[in-house]
Amino acid sequence: MPERPASRSCAEPVYPLESVSAHPPYLTDRYVFTRKRAPLAALQVIRPTLTELTGPAFGAANVSPTDHDLTRQHAGEPIGERIIVTGRVLNEEGRGLPDTMVEIWQANAAGRYRHEADAHPAPLDPNFTGAGRCVTDAQGCYRFITIKPGAYPVVGLDNVWRASHIHLSLFGPSFLTRLVTQMYFPGDALLERDTIYHTAPSSSRATMVAKLDWGETRSEWALAYRFNIVLRGRRCARPEAAHD
Amino acid sequence: MTDGPRTITPSQTVGPFYSFCLTRPPPRLSPLGDHRLITPDAHGTPVTIRGAIFDGEQAPVPDGLIEVWQADGRGLYRGAGNGADDTSFTGFGRVDMDAQGRFVIETVKPGRVPAPDGGRQAPHLALGIFGKGLNRRLYTRMYFDDEPSNSDDPVLKAMPEARRRTLVAQRMPDGCYEFVIRLQGRDETVFLEA
Repeated sequence: MPERPASRSCAEPVYPLESVSAHPPYLTDRYVFTRKRAPLAALQVIRPTLTELTGPAFGAANVSPTDHDLTRQHAGEPIGERIIVTGRVLNEEGRGLPDTMVEIWQANAAGRYRHEADAHPAPLDPNFTGAGRCVTDAQGCYRFITIKPGAYPVVGLDNVWRASHIHLSLFGPSFLTRLVTQMYFPGDALLERDTIYHTAPSSSRATMVAKLDWGETRSEWALAYRFNIVLRGRRCARPEAAHD
Repeated sequence: MTDGPRTITPSQTVGPFYSFCLTRPPPRLSPLGDHRLITPDAHGTPVTIRGAIFDGEQAPVPDGLIEVWQADGRGLYRGAGNGADDTSFTGFGRVDMDAQGRFVIETVKPGRVPAPDGGRQAPHLALGIFGKGLNRRLYTRMYFDDEPSNSDDPVLKAMPEARRRTLVAQRMPDGCYEFVIRLQGRDETVFLEA
């Protein structure tokens, strides 16, 4: 059968603009630090060019086999509840994205970051840095071993607390797929008060809450949480387009 | 395996405590990129860009992070299957601010890359800006003020003329370029959505 030109064009990702409505707006009054940093003018919409359709391609060469295990970076084991965090990185059609770099960082079990600007008076853990990396496999799966981060107060604000969370940074196949997000834990009573969680629209917010994954849990060793991440991009604007 | 259209995962701020992972990772993690993109084997003219980020009250943004994505001096993007992968120049950089919200980028001036209409774009860097209080990456571009092709650039031409200059770095007497990013208010930088 002769190949349809339309299906060939579907091999290239497209990036529908409406998908970004799942992101928070820049100005969200309750997260007070947006007030002086959010642009006031509307974003200038441009047609994607080669600049936006290409992007840094980090892969297996940029990670070592233990970068995904945040509990094995020091002489001893960190204090805290050991957990597995795993999931798939997908495009908007639900296809797994292979060879995608995932970076994570987080506070320790006491809610303290290994960062000179963190003024929360909670102890540092000499056996925990809180930074890790991995690259997705052929099916788009990633897996980290870490400890559950503690909740912490936002120092300088009056009784503002962050729910336990892990920061994730992903590249995906192009400049437009770049994403920095946060993963939250199911059943956390602080979520309803977390102003950063609430910057995201109500339609997409709950996708940032991981699920307990009993199948991945390892008996007598660690609970597992599943967090699937969806990056921008489809292979076709509409699934029907190939048959037009 | 696919199971239908999905909502993308929402962005969240990087917050103020990302540097021990993103810009100054522990030595056991291989560096992905810093403010010095230039390599000895890179094609193109070396350029130094000095700049700063300011908020809506003209205060510096010392916790800001800029990610750079650019073509090499031949106008080739790494990983695009167009022959750019013959050098160690990646085209990617991550740039910290100092306490005054200032930054330096050492790179090569990119060449012109294709435009969707069949023409070519003027030399530019794509900049992604992250920081506390930024719920989502801000995307802008930096052009060069001594570049005649700016007047043909499809992205610059698409925006009101009065605001184009917010994307154009000025060449200084010492040969460096200066580029100020204003997040909000007077002379606000044009931010893009693609």
